[in-house]
Amino acid sequence: MTGQIPNLDRVWQALEEVKDPEIPVISIVELGLIRQVGYADGRLLITFSPSFIGCPALDVMKREVRLRLQELGEGSVEIKTVFSPPWTSDWITPAGREKLRGFGLAPPPRHGGDLTAVLQQAARCPYCDSQATELKNSFGSTPCRSIFFCTSCVQPFEQFKPL
Amino acid sequence: MKAELRESLANYLTALGDDELILAHRDSEWTGHAPILEEDIAFANLALDELGHASAWYRLAAELLDEDPDRHPDQLVFWRPATEFRNVRMVELPNGDWAFSMLRQYLFDAAEDVRLAALAASQHSVLAQAAAKLRTEELYHLRHTRAWVRRLGLGTAESNRKMQAALDLLYPNALQLFAESAGELELAQAGLVPRSDGLLSAWVALVTGDLTGCNLRIPDGNLSKPAGRSEHTPHLERLVAEMQEVARLEAGAAW
Repeated sequence: MTGQIPNLDRVWQALEEVKDPEIPVISIVELGLIRQVGYADGRLLITFSPSFIGCPALDVMKREVRLRLQELGEGSVEIKTVFSPPWTSDWITPAGREKLRGFGLAPPPRHGGDLTAVLQQAARCPYCDSQATELKNSFGSTPCRSIFFCTSCVQPFEQFKPL
Repeated sequence: MKAELRESLANYLTALGDDELILAHRDSEWTGHAPILEEDIAFANLALDELGHASAWYRLAAELLDEDPDRHPDQLVFWRPATEFRNVRMVELPNGDWAFSMLRQYLFDAAEDVRLAALAASQHSVLAQAAAKLRTEELYHLRHTRAWVRRLGLGTAESNRKMQAALDLLYPNALQLFAESAGELELAQAGLVPRSDGLLSAWVALVTGDLTGCNLRIPDGNLSKPAGRSEHTPHLERLVAEMQEVARLEAGAAW
């Protein structure tokens, strides 16, 4: 059992290298998509929690996970998709949030389960940090983005949607 | 779960998937044609979400039927004849004008909101979990379409007139979303799905509040027993033919 711990560390490292193809600065671990990693009956079991169910990037990321783990020599890998507890943007790590901001995407505000309340809030501009912003469209270039306009620095920007 | 219940539940979920799939197809037809760029993007996203939700329902149905969850959705979408689709007629109707498409999406989103809230309490835990998950995404849909219903209902005389015309046509059709399905009583008794009449009351309360607040009249007319889900308009056959055209050019092709 103890002999497997270094293996799991290597698996987590490999997963850290799998990025969101549409936001290539953030990894699937930082996004909170990987819930568990462990061995069961000689198989490596990855528990995967999808963010936006219709997002085509999810399949790309799962394919990339298989590829990376094959490179590690993991012969038998199962990726199990779970809906419970439902993925929430609260699971995005602090480091992940900073990377989103650096990429020009306002990180989703933490909501602790009260999504309705957080939807009333103005997003914080990732460029000038102002909250004098207006929602222009709940929908953006990918399922996880909304479009805002910052009246302080007079620029449009995108927000990673709170979910 | 008993075999009959499994089959009834699989049929129930396939019908939900069909509603999402056909609406997603209609929504996707706005891509490149919506009145403004933002709404073009919005409808493309709505289509993508509903397609994802269809896929989730089909996978759950596959698990109940001991079918391969990776292959079963494609089988249902690309290889079923139109006569075997179980979607409501409301989603297969052509897009019409902007008011019609937006109001249809709103009425559907409101129905999803009440149904998913109830399904989140299903005794079939995988179904309950999926419903809770889908509902978080649907909050964005309802917020968006509700805002547009207000904008158009309270906008100009012309936008209000177009919305009322759309409502008069869509409302009786939307009731089909709450027609009792075969085996529903047994499924409800087993705590697997909610009773449709309860969903209907919740939906009517929700949409009546929104719509009357926007100077729109709920049609009274003849709200007789809605048609079954196997009855379609001629529009479905054309839609399905288009949707399946590429897949059927070369059976088994990898893409």
